[in-house]
Amino acid sequence: MTQVSFEASFQKKIDEEIMIEPQDYMPDEYRKTLIRQISQHAHSEIVGMLPEANWITRAPSLRRKAVLLAKVQDEGGHGLYLYSAAETLGITRDQMLHQLHTGAAKYSSIFNYPTITWADMGAIGWLVDGAAIMNQVPLCRTSYGPYARAMVRVCKEESFHQRQGYEIMLSLAKGTPVQKQMAQDALNRWWAPALMMFGPLDAVSPNTAKSMEWRIKRFTNDELRQRFIDVTVEQIRILGLELPDANIKWNEERGHYDSSELNWDEFWNVVKGNGPCNKERLATRVKAWEDGAWVREAASAYAEKRKTKKAA
Amino acid sequence: MSSITTLKYTLQLADNVLIMGQRLAAWCGKGPVLEQDIALTNISLDQIGQARSLYQYAALIINNMPAADKAHLFNAPLLQEKINNQHTITEDDLAYLRDAWDFRNCLLVEQENGDWAYTVARSFFFDRFQYLLYAALQKSMDSTLAAIAEKSLKEVQYHIKWASEWVIRLGDGTAISKEKMQQALQARWEYTGELFAMNAIEQAAMQANIGVDVSSLQQAYQQQIEAIVNEASLQMPTAAWMQTGGKNGVHTEHLGYMLAEMQYLQRAYPNMEW
Amino acid sequence: MSNENKEWPLWEVFIRSKAGLDHKHAGSLHAADAQMAIESARDVYTRRMEGISIWVVESKHIHASNPEEAAAFFDPAQDKIYRHPTFYNLPDELKHM
Repeated sequence: MTQVSFEASFQKKIDEEIMIEPQDYMPDEYRKTLIRQISQHAHSEIVGMLPEANWITRAPSLRRKAVLLAKVQDEGGHGLYLYSAAETLGITRDQMLHQLHTGAAKYSSIFNYPTITWADMGAIGWLVDGAAIMNQVPLCRTSYGPYARAMVRVCKEESFHQRQGYEIMLSLAKGTPVQKQMAQDALNRWWAPALMMFGPLDAVSPNTAKSMEWRIKRFTNDELRQRFIDVTVEQIRILGLELPDANIKWNEERGHYDSSELNWDEFWNVVKGNGPCNKERLATRVKAWEDGAWVREAASAYAEKRKTKKAA
Repeated sequence: MSSITTLKYTLQLADNVLIMGQRLAAWCGKGPVLEQDIALTNISLDQIGQARSLYQYAALIINNMPAADKAHLFNAPLLQEKINNQHTITEDDLAYLRDAWDFRNCLLVEQENGDWAYTVARSFFFDRFQYLLYAALQKSMDSTLAAIAEKSLKEVQYHIKWASEWVIRLGDGTAISKEKMQQALQARWEYTGELFAMNAIEQAAMQANIGVDVSSLQQAYQQQIEAIVNEASLQMPTAAWMQTGGKNGVHTEHLGYMLAEMQYLQRAYPNMEW
Repeated sequence: MSNENKEWPLWEVFIRSKAGLDHKHAGSLHAADAQMAIESARDVYTRRMEGISIWVVESKHIHASNPEEAAAFFDPAQDKIYRHPTFYNLPDELKHM
């Protein structure tokens, strides 16, 4: 088969919604794009553990402590599934972690914001996980088999994450005046960053077209962002909180909510490394990795010794 | 048999697992490898779950006690006030409103996480004790404690496996890991004596056939610990003196800081639902 | 980066649930040895109590069929439709078959 026909039959599979598996032919660009997307998704889960792990020891009830611990643990698990999916493409986990630690790979910018009140736990579970779910559900039918299967697992587990966040917000919003204020404050701070999770405007997203052709991306940034706004405004009303953006208004003609232009200056700066917590988040991960080197080496050495003993 | 004895005994058991679970939870997101992060948080979740069952039982006992018997239970004004005003006490009231001098956990569990070897050492020493304790507690005449012990024992069987295997892996891994593991065992050993020293509450609970004679567990403990230490090709740690006090409310400086962190929200915003 | 060559190997995890008849591929993880792999599998893949039996195999020991040969390998079975139960036209009253 010629190169052209390899690529043609590859695209045919994609168009017919047949999954591409690890040993199938795939264009170099497809492989590279997938490695980048999946590994950065994995990095996001791992770094994403940190802002919430912050509050486990300070959770205001034993039940909240246990649920938060379970949620953050899940995120670790999700990172693990995704690293595993990426490894089928010819990169190792250690190589991916090296990319993260040196800044060669990115993670979702939302995690560069600080969690400064308990209400942030509610806002994150509700808005951040909510936005992630909106991105992730379509990926359950993405073209690359291992990625799709990892996403199915992730989505199954994700449903309790958003619910626990919303439940926290509900408790606070229906609680005492100061608790309601705490909830409102968290909503006000996390709203715009959550919307930025969907990425830059379609107009300035060069990779989108190819990714959509390859079914690595199913909907555009703006499509998902609009869907999220429409769904979440209703949820804000149920909480009885004020809208975080004075310009949110139903547009009968479009059949969607209008809202304010996002601060793209802030977006690009956080992506560049100037967010409130970029340095801290990465430093925490790097420290954990470096402090743990002797532990990993010891386990490898022990395993090696057992092998030699067995062989003897 | 007074319900005060059951209450105090239950609180002591609960405090141990709450403080231990709290310590392990602090590792979340910071382990040496992702898989172990998940393993440790599993153990923490188990222990917090055990703490919840025990605190819930303790709260039930308090709520069913005649007012006269519970007029001076704790040195914690907010909590004692709730009790005296006939409010229904919950697991959270007990976990969040008592100060360090009302906690009865052993000193071992409040020791710092340190590095991986220190954390492994603390779990190794504590979980092996829990295993022997819960096995014996299954025979408690108090059916709730017996049931909690039976359920917890299954979880602890996994905990001791995890900790013992790490002691062996580190002890028989590299020269560096051997040194670190030996050092950690040596540093934490002096907190193990307290586990087997019966305090007044344990004496009373034992007399009432609801509690375990922990002093009788020491021999089996010593043997089992030694077996693992030997397999790890390490030396049994020694202690010229065993530290005690936690079981009588006299803690190390660590507990105060732990509680300040753990309880701050409930203290800063009292009497609210979360 | 210090331990490029000391990376823990990758293992594939297969789990049979309580109600299940066979082991299903659940995913993969890194572990230093088989013992750790099984325990990590229990921690990672059975947190929602999904497992009753866990198999782990080092990924390098898995041999897969060649997708290019799928046609030759699997198609012949498509022709033998008499192997499918729906091929047979049986009376409605017949139960338990």
